[in-house]
Amino acid sequence: MGNTSSMLTQYDTEEVQSHCQDLCENFPPRNLSVSSVMCLIRYSQQEILSLYQRFCQLDRNAKGFISSDEFLSVPEFSMNPLSLRLLKMVDGLNFKDFVAFLSAFSAKASLKQKVKLIFQVYDSDCNGKVSFKDVMEVLRDLSGSFMSDEQREQVLSQVLNEAAYTCDSFLTLEDFIKVFGSCKPEMDVEIPVD
Amino acid sequence: MSSTAGKLVTSRSELNIEDYLPSGSSIQEPRGKLRLLDLIDISPTLTEAAGAIIDDSFTRCFKSNPPEPWNWNIYLFPLWCFGVVVRYCILFPLRCLTLAFGWFIFLSTFIPVHSLLKGQDKLRKNIERVLVEMICSFFVGSWTGVVKYHGPRPSIRPKQVYVANHTSMIDFIVLEQMTAFAVIMQKHPGWVGLLQSTILESVGCIWFNRSEAKDREIVARKLRDHVQGADNNPLLIFPEGTCVNNNYTVMFKKGAFELGCTVCPIAIKYNKIFVDAFWNSRKQSFTMHLLQLMTSWAVVCEVWYLEPQTIRPGETAIEFAERVRDMISLRAGLKKVPWDGYLKYSRPSSKHSERKQESFAESLLARLEEK
Repeated sequence: MGNTSSMLTQYDTEEVQSHCQDLCENFPPRNLSVSSVMCLIRYSQQEILSLYQRFCQLDRNAKGFISSDEFLSVPEFSMNPLSLRLLKMVDGLNFKDFVAFLSAFSAKASLKQKVKLIFQVYDSDCNGKVSFKDVMEVLRDLSGSFMSDEQREQVLSQVLNEAAYTCDSFLTLEDFIKVFGSCKPEMDVEIPVD
Repeated sequence: MSSTAGKLVTSRSELNIEDYLPSGSSIQEPRGKLRLLDLIDISPTLTEAAGAIIDDSFTRCFKSNPPEPWNWNIYLFPLWCFGVVVRYCILFPLRCLTLAFGWFIFLSTFIPVHSLLKGQDKLRKNIERVLVEMICSFFVGSWTGVVKYHGPRPSIRPKQVYVANHTSMIDFIVLEQMTAFAVIMQKHPGWVGLLQSTILESVGCIWFNRSEAKDREIVARKLRDHVQGADNNPLLIFPEGTCVNNNYTVMFKKGAFELGCTVCPIAIKYNKIFVDAFWNSRKQSFTMHLLQLMTSWAVVCEVWYLEPQTIRPGETAIEFAERVRDMISLRAGLKKVPWDGYLKYSRPSSKHSERKQESFAESLLARLEEK
């Protein structure tokens, strides 16, 4: 996608679509970088065009990626308690990886893909394991100063014990998928198509 | 994922943005005992964030719509080229000449009047008023402006304030050619600033500086003094505080609605077929914007002077502002969004995310109680 005009050719859209699909095949499953997360869904041409327009709109000086500052200039994003965590995942992505990241939010994405994204948000150090501390940190982002650390620890230990885990156990992606079971997280965002 | 036009907030002294935004539902309706799944399922929050990344109502307000290129055909292209030649080589020089002529007349009358008639204030003010209206007409003429005014023309009366939606600095020129308003504007650098300090001072314009914190009180005081004076030009305020793309209106600042006087709304709508009059101050300087207007075919717009409104008993300034915004948006066919225009320049305050955190914490603690 070399040119900066808002025109994508058919080749470009097909490239993005296959990038999304290839990623799972080319990257080894242990590599939990953002781009390997959610693929295997085929965005329609129209959706890719809309996403491209949006990407160009956010990327103000046509650098080919969106900087943190530009993400934070969207007030709705800035107000989100998890914005900083997500920012680490989306900052500096080029368009293809941007689409790959957002593919978890498509209605066509599978349960596994959605849970994978949630897992990645927790696993900020990308070591494939989510510890008690990681979950605590996300809880802290979500509840802010309205819950004390003790209350958070109490809640977390309680639910962990009930689910037959201990406070020292590490949760892997498989554990996450097991916890979700057949409950697909409601994480669908429709892409507006003009 | 679009936030829709708002509903009026009843009897709250502060608008709740959450009322307008799609509620991704925080962790929610207490459903029995708290499980590990409930705790780690952060999908609502993530969905909101992704929704904001994919499309948000704030950025939509400041999107300029470039006209679709239609010149891609073998017979349309020469026609378009011909149009370009006419616009740039015939119309543009003619317009520059008209404008230069207008400035010549203006300056040759304004400067003597301003310096010589120092003693007779009333006469001087009247003449300056007429002259400013004249130079604005010249400006409008230089873009081949076709402006249709609906409604009664503003008169000079005390205790009266005019508010309008804001698309570009030319809003002011379009309105000024009919009535010499005293406008409250951001002080600009460059030649615009020069015009502001010399000519616009004479009609009683008031300046503010967005970046100065103490500015608000000083400006509020100046506004109050201005509307009390019977002789001052009617005050024109753009409560949005920033230029919006003429498809949406952002939140009105309550300053204009707290002055204790009648508010006369004005709605302005530009016809996009001829030119997109939205001045995207991040993308273009005002000079480039003016040049773009002067090399287009025409600037066509409609101005409606709406029914004057007074604050109702029991209504807060913010509710009053929203009511007037409803009127203007309805008249000009604009959609309302719940954002503060100043978010263009700064981040939203942390109290919005704190509110989300609070509701999350509350529901979590409530569910913890359930055994």
